[in-house]
Amino acid sequence: MYDGVIQELIDQLGRLPGVGPKSAQRIAFHLIETDSEVALELADVLREAKEKVRFCITCGNVSETEQCSICLDPKRELTSICVVEDSKDINSIERTREFRGKYHVLGGAISPIIGIGPDQLRIKDLLKRLSDPEITEVILATNPNLEGEATATYLIRLLGSMEITVSKLASGLPVGGDLEYADDMTLGRAFEGRKRVN
Amino acid sequence: MPHYRDEAVVIRTHKLGEVDRIVTLLTKNHGQVRAVAKGVRKTSSRIGARLEPFNVVDLQLYEGRNLDTVSQVEQLANYGAVIIADYARYTAASAVVEAAERFTREDSSSQHYMLVIGALRALSLKEHASDQILDSYLLRALAISGWITNIDQCQGCASTETVSFSVHSGSVSCQSCTMPGSVRLGVDGISHISALLIGDWPSVGRANLATRASVSGVVAGYLQWQLERGLRSLEHVERS
Repeated sequence: MYDGVIQELIDQLGRLPGVGPKSAQRIAFHLIETDSEVALELADVLREAKEKVRFCITCGNVSETEQCSICLDPKRELTSICVVEDSKDINSIERTREFRGKYHVLGGAISPIIGIGPDQLRIKDLLKRLSDPEITEVILATNPNLEGEATATYLIRLLGSMEITVSKLASGLPVGGDLEYADDMTLGRAFEGRKRVN
Repeated sequence: MPHYRDEAVVIRTHKLGEVDRIVTLLTKNHGQVRAVAKGVRKTSSRIGARLEPFNVVDLQLYEGRNLDTVSQVEQLANYGAVIIADYARYTAASAVVEAAERFTREDSSSQHYMLVIGALRALSLKEHASDQILDSYLLRALAISGWITNIDQCQGCASTETVSFSVHSGSVSCQSCTMPGSVRLGVDGISHISALLIGDWPSVGRANLATRASVSGVVAGYLQWQLERGLRSLEHVERS
C-alpha cells in the first residue's frame, strides 16, 4: 500500500479492463516518473474524450457530433444496414472497404447469464430504422461465439416476418492458414458455407 | 498432480486480457474448475471453438495456484451448435449452466455433471419443451443437493393426497397439514412436480399451461430460497 494520491492513482488504473494490480502499479509509476507534460497531455485527452465523445443517435456508433460521420456521409448506400455488437467492430469492417452501407450498433450481445436480454440492447432502435422502405438488406455481423450467434438467431426470428433480406457474415477458414490446423467446427462451417465457383 | 485429465462441460467463459479466456468447467471428477485458456480469442486458435459454453470436452489441465491452465482439448459433444439455433432453447440452456455453476461452487459430484449433460442433450434433441427440461433439471439438481427429500407423501400425516409445496422446506403437504408459506398447487401441480423429478415426459406433456406456469414459479421461488439469490437467466427464459 502506498500513501494518498499514489495509491488512489493505482486503484483507479486497476479499475480499467485488462489492467491488474501489478500493471496498474507499473503504469502509475511510469506516469509519475515521466515528464509532467506527457502525463498532463494524457489527462487533457481523457477529459476531452469524456466531454466530447457520445453515441450517434441513429446508429449508436461513437461520435463527437449528434450523428456519426458514417450516418452523415451522403455517399454511403442507404439500402443496407450492417448490425454489429460494438463500435469497435465498425472500425474492423471499415478497414476491409467491402461494405458501403450504414451500421447499427447493438451495444452488446444477448447473454442471459449476465442479465442481458433483447431489451437491454438497441434492438427497438433497429426496428424503428427498418421501417424506412428504402432499406432492403440487414447484414448480421455479430461475433461468431455463443452469445453473438444467439443474438443473430434472435434477430433472424424477429426480422423473419419483414420483407427485408437478412444475411449473416460467412465463417470459415482464415486467409493464410493451413487446412490441417483448422479446428473441426471452423472447418465444418467452411464446408457448410462453401460457394459454387463455376 | 501438476497435470491432470478429465471430462468437463463448459458452463461459463470470461474474457481475460487481450486474447485469453477464463473458462468455468464442471468436470466429472474434479468438481467445478476455473482455468485459463490461452490465446483462444485469436481467430487462429485451434481450441477456441471447443471451449464455448454447452460443449462437452475431454481436456488436460495444468494445476495452478489460483487458476488452472488448459493445455489440450478434444471435443466430445457440441450441444451449443444446435441449441443456439433456437432462441428459447438458448435461454433455457443459459439458465441450466448458471444454475449448475451456483450448485457446484462449493461442492460437486459426478451426478451434477451427468445431470447438466443430460439437460443440454435433451435441449439439443428438441424432444420436449425447453422450459419443461429446465424445470426438470432444476428440481433434480435441488434433489441431488438434498433440498428436496420426499414429495410422494405429506410431511405431516404421510397422506398421498398432497396439494401444496413448501418453498421453505421443499416438502409437500395435504389439505389439512398445509403450513403457512406453502403454495397451493393442487393435485395436478404436485403430480407435475413429481413427473418432472422422475422424467415422466408423457405426463409432463399432458400438463396444462396454467399448471406448468404455477410449478415454474414455485421452482424458481424455491431455488431462490435455497441459493439465497435468484438466477439472472430465469427472467429471460422463453416459456411456452
